Amino acid sequence: MQSQATYNYKVVRQFSIMTVVWGIVGMLVGVIAAAQLVWPELNVHEFLHFGRIRPLHTNAVIFAFGGCALFATSYYVVQRTCHTRLFAPGLAAFTFWGWQLVIVLAAITLPLGYTSSKEYAELEWPIDILIAIVWVSYAIVFFGTIAKRKVSHIYVANWFFGAFIITVALLHIVNSAAIPVSWTGMKSYSAYAGVQDAMVQWWYGHNAVGFFLTAGFLGMMYYFVPKQAERPVYSYRLSVVHFWALIFTYMWAGPHHLHYTALPDWTQSVGMIFSLILLAPSWGGMINGIMTLSGAWHKLRTDPILKFLITALSFYGMSTFEGPMMAVKTVNALSHYTDWTVGHVHSGALGWVAMISIGSVYFMIPRLYGRTEMYSIKLVNAHFWIATIGVVLYIASMWIAGVMQGLMWRATNADGTLTYSFVESVKASYPFWTIRLVGGILFLTGMLLMFYNMVKTIAGQKAYDAPVLAPAAAHA
Amino acid sequence: MRVIVTVVAFACFLGICLWAYSKHAKAGFDEAARLPLTDDDLPAASGRRE
Repeated sequence: MQSQATYNYKVVRQFSIMTVVWGIVGMLVGVIAAAQLVWPELNVHEFLHFGRIRPLHTNAVIFAFGGCALFATSYYVVQRTCHTRLFAPGLAAFTFWGWQLVIVLAAITLPLGYTSSKEYAELEWPIDILIAIVWVSYAIVFFGTIAKRKVSHIYVANWFFGAFIITVALLHIVNSAAIPVSWTGMKSYSAYAGVQDAMVQWWYGHNAVGFFLTAGFLGMMYYFVPKQAERPVYSYRLSVVHFWALIFTYMWAGPHHLHYTALPDWTQSVGMIFSLILLAPSWGGMINGIMTLSGAWHKLRTDPILKFLITALSFYGMSTFEGPMMAVKTVNALSHYTDWTVGHVHSGALGWVAMISIGSVYFMIPRLYGRTEMYSIKLVNAHFWIATIGVVLYIASMWIAGVMQGLMWRATNADGTLTYSFVESVKASYPFWTIRLVGGILFLTGMLLMFYNMVKTIAGQKAYDAPVLAPAAAHA
Repeated sequence: MRVIVTVVAFACFLGICLWAYSKHAKAGFDEAARLPLTDDDLPAASGRRE
């Protein structure tokens, strides 16, 4: 056959490689921030101060590492499951370069101190506008590809990716609404005031977790777990039901970030109840992913990519149990503002988001360069164990530190005075912050192994674009 | 109005559940579930089974 059409793998390759690169950068910044907590002397300059390094870390790992992983996998999955090339390849290339520009601008402006001070939405208004343009282009490419699909069904992974793209557009545009007050100073004020501003921010913040960090990565899970296990998803029905359950409930959980604040009490209770309800659809997804392996459990023994994917699901199950529990007001009274929250976030971010992304990128890289597997499976296995030990050290130390801080802050003497001063709780936290630093360094080391393995896999190989397959006519 | 939206959304969700567990949807779901597997993506594709 002559000059057969091929899938657009170029943009997938670009995003996949940048996933690993930004993963290393973002986690390195995280390690620096963790080291600054252990050795405050490391706050050497205002540009590298903890207060500026910390948002740089969160933006880099969520939007640079996680974002690139989501772009790469969604472009890969939507083409292959729709049996058609990406719609608007020029626009797809623009999403790559536009997104990289956003990341670079973030890496420059955050250390310089330009911030809107909204958590996970710190970037100032000109960058927010660029993000909105890139994101709308992403939606056009993604949904355009679905519109020209050659199969009748829209595979469930694409439903999750689609929900993630639409919701993030909505969240970003509403929460970033601001009045610019200076062109040169990059300064703006939020369009909302007081507690409304706080509620919009945490409506955004929690749905960024629910859609950016959950729905998108569940999309990955629904393609790469069945592929790597070579079995269809355990229950397609369950995938449809838990998809809609997540969509209907996630939007209402945000107020749990504002327990015991000026937010009306009934709103806090609504947030708490919806957070508790969320346990069901979250575990529906986890069970569906893990049970996909039923009958193929032996593969888990030998296949480190599958280990990454299934361990990710286990951490997803753990953190989606922990989350609703922490959203209960009485538990939150102990956990809020402590390192328990930090541990919870990293159980989701390192355990779930990073591990499912790493597994998916290990799956794609060889296929994007005309190989059947990575340069070294042994190194993938080593990466898995180093990363897992790193996550466990990280979250266990943060649990202990967090509960200890919560208990110390609320302890009172018989006469009603506080038993401990704040600085005593800081002093008591040092050993656990050191263990957390070790966990972070281990996780970063794993990423460096991945980078080496990726370079060796690509070295000497030509970029490979797989031919567009006709949909299978008969179903075995 | 808010009550109506809530009730309609809940009814809609129950409808989706009933539809997903109906016999009617089963065949389509089975076909959709095979989509990633019937798609051989390895470079030297020919020899290897899905």
